[in-house]
Amino acid sequence: MSSTGLASKKTWRLNAITPRIVINTALIAVLALVPLYTALTGNAFTLTLFTRIVILAIAALSLNLIMGFGGMVSFGHAAYLGIGGYVVGILAKEGVASGFVQWPIAIAASALYALVVGALSLRTRGVYFIMITLAFAQMIYYVAIGLDRYGGDDGLTIYKRSQFGALLDLDNRTVFYYLCLVLLLAGIYLVWRIVNSRFGMVIQGARSNERRMRAIGFPTFRYKLLCFVVAGAMCGLAGALLANHTNFISPAMMHWTRSGDLIVMVVLGGMQAIFGPLIGALTFLVLEEGLSRVTEYSNLILGPFLLFVAIAMHGGIDGLIAGVRRG
Amino acid sequence: MLYFFEQFLNGIQLGALLFLLAAGLTLIFGIMDLVNLAHGSLYMLGAYFAASFAERTESFLLGAVLALAATAVVGVLLEVVAIRRLYGRDHLDHVLGTFGLLLFFNELVRLIWGPAGMTLSLPSEMLNAVEVLPGLFYPLYRLVIIGVTLGVAVIIYLLIMRTRLGMLIRAGASNREMVGALGVNIKLLYTLVFGLGAALAGFAGLMQAPILTVQIGMGENILIAAFVVVTIGGIGSIRGAFVAALLVGLADTVGRAFVPDLLRAFLSESASSSLGRALSSMMIYLVMALVLIVRPEGLFPAAGR
Repeated sequence: MSSTGLASKKTWRLNAITPRIVINTALIAVLALVPLYTALTGNAFTLTLFTRIVILAIAALSLNLIMGFGGMVSFGHAAYLGIGGYVVGILAKEGVASGFVQWPIAIAASALYALVVGALSLRTRGVYFIMITLAFAQMIYYVAIGLDRYGGDDGLTIYKRSQFGALLDLDNRTVFYYLCLVLLLAGIYLVWRIVNSRFGMVIQGARSNERRMRAIGFPTFRYKLLCFVVAGAMCGLAGALLANHTNFISPAMMHWTRSGDLIVMVVLGGMQAIFGPLIGALTFLVLEEGLSRVTEYSNLILGPFLLFVAIAMHGGIDGLIAGVRRG
Repeated sequence: MLYFFEQFLNGIQLGALLFLLAAGLTLIFGIMDLVNLAHGSLYMLGAYFAASFAERTESFLLGAVLALAATAVVGVLLEVVAIRRLYGRDHLDHVLGTFGLLLFFNELVRLIWGPAGMTLSLPSEMLNAVEVLPGLFYPLYRLVIIGVTLGVAVIIYLLIMRTRLGMLIRAGASNREMVGALGVNIKLLYTLVFGLGAALAGFAGLMQAPILTVQIGMGENILIAAFVVVTIGGIGSIRGAFVAALLVGLADTVGRAFVPDLLRAFLSESASSSLGRALSSMMIYLVMALVLIVRPEGLFPAAGR
C-alpha cells in the first residue's frame, strides 16, 4: 500500500514518479502560494480558510496515524483539539501569554490525556473501542461546559495570541499561516518516518493481525499505546493552533460531531495514505465553504456526497489518484 | 424519600425512552453489523412528523399514529436506497456514510419545517398530575410514557424471544452467514429490522415531543446516550439493552439530582455547582467506561461474536 515508502528506498527513476507524487507536490506548492494570492487580490478570507484547512489537516493527520495505520478508530479525537485549545485559552486568561510555555503544556496535557485514555481503551476492540474513546471525549466536553471561570457553555475569547518574542509574530496572518504549514509538513514527515520505521511496521502488523504480532513476541499493547500518545500530542498542538487562529475556545470544538468531521476528513482523503488527511481536510472544508455560498442548504448536497464516497469509493480520494482499490 | 422516588420515576422514564432508541440500534448493530449515526435523525423525524400531523389533524393520537407510520416508511426507504449498500463494509465507511445522512436530514428538516423549533401540545386531560404516593404528585403524561414504553419494550421482547421472526433476528445477530445459508431471505429480514428500528426511534421521538422542544439536532445527544446503552448492554443483545437503558436512565437522573448536593457538603457553593453540573452530565460515560474496563464486551455479550 505504502508505495511512497518503497519508492524512496530504491534509487529514483523516472517511472517512480507516480500521479500521486505529482499531485502531492502540486498540493504543497499551491498551499505555499496561498498568501501570495491573498496579497495580490486582497482576499483575506482565502487565507483564513486555508489556515483553518492546514490546522485541521494536522489534526486529521494525527488521527490517520492511529486510525489508518494503527487500526485504532478513535471517535473522540476532537477532545485533543479542545485540550490544546483550552490550555492556550486558560493560560492566556491567567496572564501567561508566552507560546514557549503555552504550547509545550498544550502538547504535554494532550499526551497525558491520551496516555490515560489509551491505557484504559486499548483493552477493548472494534466498535467498543470506538465507543469508549467517544465516552472519554464526551466527559472532557462536559468538563469544559462546567468550567464557569473560563466561559462554561459560551466559551472564552482569547485577547492575546501566543507570544514568541521577536521570533514570530502570530498576529501577522501570513507568518501564522506559514508557521501552521511548516508544522503540517513537519508532521507529515514525522508520520512518514514513523510509518516506515520498525515501530510503524509493528503498529501496522498489529492492525492486520494482532494475535500473530503478539505470538512472535511484540508487546503490541505498549506499541499501540505509544502510537496513541504521539497522535494525541500532535492533535493537541493542532488545538493550540486552532485557538490562536479563531481567538476563541468553546466546548463546541469538542462536540462529538467535530470528531465525526475529523473521521470524515481522513476517510475522504484516503486512509493509510500519508497525504490523505491533507487532501481530505482540503476537500471537506472547501466543499463545505463553496456549497454554503451556492445554497443556504449546503448539507443537502454535502451529506449525500459523503454517503456516495462511503458507498462507491474505496480508499478515498487518494485511492482514486493512486488507482489502487483497497479491500 | 418522596424526592428520591420522584427522581427514580424520572430515571425509569428516561431509561424506557433510551431503550426504544437502543433496541433498534442494537439490532441494526448486531445483525447488520452497521454503525448507524443517522438513527438519531429518525428520532427527530418522528417528533417533527408528530408535531405537524397533530397540528393538521388536531388530534394528538391520530398525529402520533400517522407519525409512527411515516417514520417507518422513511426507515424502509432509507434502507432500500442507501443503507443496504453499506452492509459488509468497513465500520469507517458506515461512519462516513451515516454521518452524511445525519447532515442531510438536519438540513432537510430545516428546509421543510424551518430553523425554528416546533411544539406539540398535549390533550388537556393529559396535563393533570396524579398523586402516585401520598404527597407526591407526578405528571400524568410522564406516567403514560413510562407505561407505554414499558409496554412496547415487553412487546419487542416477546417479538424477539418468542416468535419465528424474532428467532430469525436473533439467529442473524449471532451468525449471519448461517442464516443466509439456511435459505432465509436475508435482504427482506434486514429491511424489516431496519424499518422496525426506525419505527421505534420515531416512536421515542414522538413520545418525547410534548415534553421537549422539537428542534434540529435533538437526535444528536440522545443518539450518543443510546450508543452508550448499546455498548454497556453488549452489542446485539436486547436484554442487555433493556438492563443498560434502565441503568443509564437512573445513573443520569440520580446524578443530576444528587451529585451537586453531595458535593455541596465538601465544596463551596460555586465550585460545587459547576463541578456538579459537569460530573452529573459525565455520569453515564463514567458508567460506560467502568463497565467496559471490567467487561470489554459489555454486560451481556451476544453469543458467537
